[in-house]
Amino acid sequence: MNFVVTDYWIMFLLLILIITSLAMYFIKDLLHAVIVYGAYTLIMALIWLQMNTPDLAITEAAAGICMTVLMMIVVFRTSRREE
Amino acid sequence: MKDFILKRMASIILPFICIYGFYVIFHGHVSPGGSFAGGIIVGLSFIAFSTIYGIEKGRKKLPEKVLVWTESYGTLWYGIMGMVGIVKGAPFLANKLAGVDLGIPGALNSGGLISFIGFGVGIRVASTMVTLFFTMMEEE
Repeated sequence: MNFVVTDYWIMFLLLILIITSLAMYFIKDLLHAVIVYGAYTLIMALIWLQMNTPDLAITEAAAGICMTVLMMIVVFRTSRREE
Repeated sequence: MKDFILKRMASIILPFICIYGFYVIFHGHVSPGGSFAGGIIVGLSFIAFSTIYGIEKGRKKLPEKVLVWTESYGTLWYGIMGMVGIVKGAPFLANKLAGVDLGIPGALNSGGLISFIGFGVGIRVASTMVTLFFTMMEEE
């Protein structure tokens, strides 16, 4: 097993991915959870870029970071913020 | 929202986001991205506009009629571009078989009909996203 630098980089990104997805489960304030979801999607886009699929990275960055976060924040305006 | 700095920065940045979306749509066959990603970026510029400036101004910028028209005629445009092949005596959605000049590989015009098809799909995705956002915003 001889790893190159990009392997360690992907492992580091996957570790942050696991931490953010667990944090989304445990955070009680829904607005904070959505902000952490934005960080999760950003890391996911970086992982797609490392795996040589810039197509999916662009789609993930546009649809995940901006669109989903905006939609979820619009939903909070009408409902309560705490879980 | 009544934030002065946010509004001025949005009025500077948002047109470039919209243009970048059309760039991604039209370069879908030679560079990363495509009509879906580009359409989402175009829709996102309008969604950010109506988030920052308020839903009424966003509605004024994109009325209901325009959204319905782009959503329906984007799909119809895809069908019309597919019919080019049938008119020329080739299968549906044929590109080179229909006699379209493909040019040098890697150049912008090397895709034949693909850029035109991508334009239809792109405006359809953009108007769908904006319609979804307006529906959720006005639900209250």
